[in-house]
Amino acid sequence: MRNLKRQLLAGPYILWMAGFILLPVLMILYYAFTATGGNFTFLNVSSITFSVHLKALVLSLKLGLICTVICLALSYPLAMILNSMKAKSQGFIVFIFILPMWMNFMLRILAWRMLLSNNGIINSLLGTFGLPGIDILNTPTAVVFCMVYDFLPFMILPIYNAMSRIQPDIIEAARDLGAGSLIIFFKIIVPLTMSGVVSGIIMVFVPALTSFAVSDLLGGGKVLLIGNVIEQAFMQEYNWNLGSGLSFVLMIFVIASMALMNSRGDENGTGVW
Amino acid sequence: MKKKLLLLLTFFSFLLAGCGRTDSPNTLTVLNYGKYIEPKVLELFEEETGIKVEYEEYITPENMYTKYKAGAIDYDLICTSDYMIEKLILEDEVSEMNFKNIPLVKNLDSSYFEFSKSFDPENKYTLPYFFGTVGILYNRELVDESKINSWDILWDERYSGQIIMADSVRDSFMVAQKRLGYSLNTTEEKELRNAQELLIQQKPLVYSYLVDEAQDEMIAENAAMAVVYSGEAGLALEYNEKLAFSVPKEGSNMWIDSWFIPKRAKHTENAEKFLNFLCRKDIAMMNFDYVYYATPNTQVKEALDPELQENSTIFPPKEILENCEVFKSLDDASTMKYNLYWKEIKSAD
Repeated sequence: MRNLKRQLLAGPYILWMAGFILLPVLMILYYAFTATGGNFTFLNVSSITFSVHLKALVLSLKLGLICTVICLALSYPLAMILNSMKAKSQGFIVFIFILPMWMNFMLRILAWRMLLSNNGIINSLLGTFGLPGIDILNTPTAVVFCMVYDFLPFMILPIYNAMSRIQPDIIEAARDLGAGSLIIFFKIIVPLTMSGVVSGIIMVFVPALTSFAVSDLLGGGKVLLIGNVIEQAFMQEYNWNLGSGLSFVLMIFVIASMALMNSRGDENGTGVW
Repeated sequence: MKKKLLLLLTFFSFLLAGCGRTDSPNTLTVLNYGKYIEPKVLELFEEETGIKVEYEEYITPENMYTKYKAGAIDYDLICTSDYMIEKLILEDEVSEMNFKNIPLVKNLDSSYFEFSKSFDPENKYTLPYFFGTVGILYNRELVDESKINSWDILWDERYSGQIIMADSVRDSFMVAQKRLGYSLNTTEEKELRNAQELLIQQKPLVYSYLVDEAQDEMIAENAAMAVVYSGEAGLALEYNEKLAFSVPKEGSNMWIDSWFIPKRAKHTENAEKFLNFLCRKDIAMMNFDYVYYATPNTQVKEALDPELQENSTIFPPKEILENCEVFKSLDDASTMKYNLYWKEIKSAD
């Protein structure tokens, strides 16, 4: 009886999952493996081997990887600095990191477009100091830049979280036993924050891999990621079967990357699954 | 316990029922391009008739087709471009318009109904809304004006990183096709490949591919040239004096955006009332002032300043229109070819 009552509490969530996660996935699977007439076909999925689709997928993987590496390289030292501060200022700085997320993600991308454009704010500022302008707008560089800007908090927070859980006693004990800073870092801090790093990588890499809005707005329509190909299949070509087929391939890549990361051990429960 | 479960179930079924659309008779669901009607017109229509207007927007005709075909909303009235209307007519999605209920259609210049015959051969299905051409909007201080009368200038390396192309399959192909002297409705493999090659060649020079934002970028002087619709150019000229517009001599596309009533429409009468309202002189005037595209409404045109009537950017002169082609709807295989070739351009380095 009590058990049933508890299970009922999960009811809304189960309905939500069924309606907005399970059902759409099933629909994508259905469309992915059927032709326009409803006959079974592999063509939609195998069309990933078209050179234009393959090129988009490789570019997505490349930009996603670059974005993840930059985020990691920025976040790790930052989390360490953050962790070594006083508890009060730590809270404040974490708050500052979360602050941009209060604004809509699309608005922030559009703002970057204004900032980076040929006669934009950054270039006119540089111009007044007699410095050469930057023209990265409408290039893959701008896309990576904006993805890093957008996804950085997703990397910092889990790493900072894992780091703040390391007991200072452990480090002190290591020091007592004669370990130098380098050994402490590689033998204690890195292994103990691995779970946070893994979560961070997944939370940055997956949205970066599947994004299409950033490349659309900051790539000037010149950077074709797999997400853009899928969006075009759905919105422009009215070819839901092709869009679903390619989405299915992308899902495999997402699941594979998550499985790969999670196989790297996660005992602390900060992993994604 | 069972009772509670039942209660919960009924609760959820109510919740789900709430999602269904309640169909009140006095509404009108309109689908139109972005920035393509004076919002006040909608308010006035609601005030005068008591009909509630549900208004939705889209970006490209292909987007419209997806929205319409998804079937989630039964639109009563849609405005879109020539070739897309032709496609929908061929798919038997458009219902015949009862012009008896739209008496003010007499305000429209009959010559535009003639142009419409290329996609609506008997003038049964559509009511022209605005029309125009496609050309190059350019900044006079940045561009050599003696060369602007040809599409060739869009391949001139001096303007590398300063050219905005249209982010729309057919509009971009049109530029290359016309430069090569082909028809913009060609489906021949070789001609399409040649056009594609030309567009790939051009890509390194292109600043970005845009639709609605091209005009803003030109006003902000972020680029030297942009391929835009004549109407947009007319508006941009008002904001920045350095801008000018040219329809190249090789010819271009003439487009007619028209209203049609889809077969699935639930409120045909309201749709007809709305169309009649749009043809009324004061309303059409107000709408023209906002949209600033060439209107087929003779009453509006006659009431304008002579200077504006002569403005060749907004009202393309006859000799330019004669040099232009209207888009025809393509068969499925050709559409797929265009789409694939377009993707290849977009992914080229």
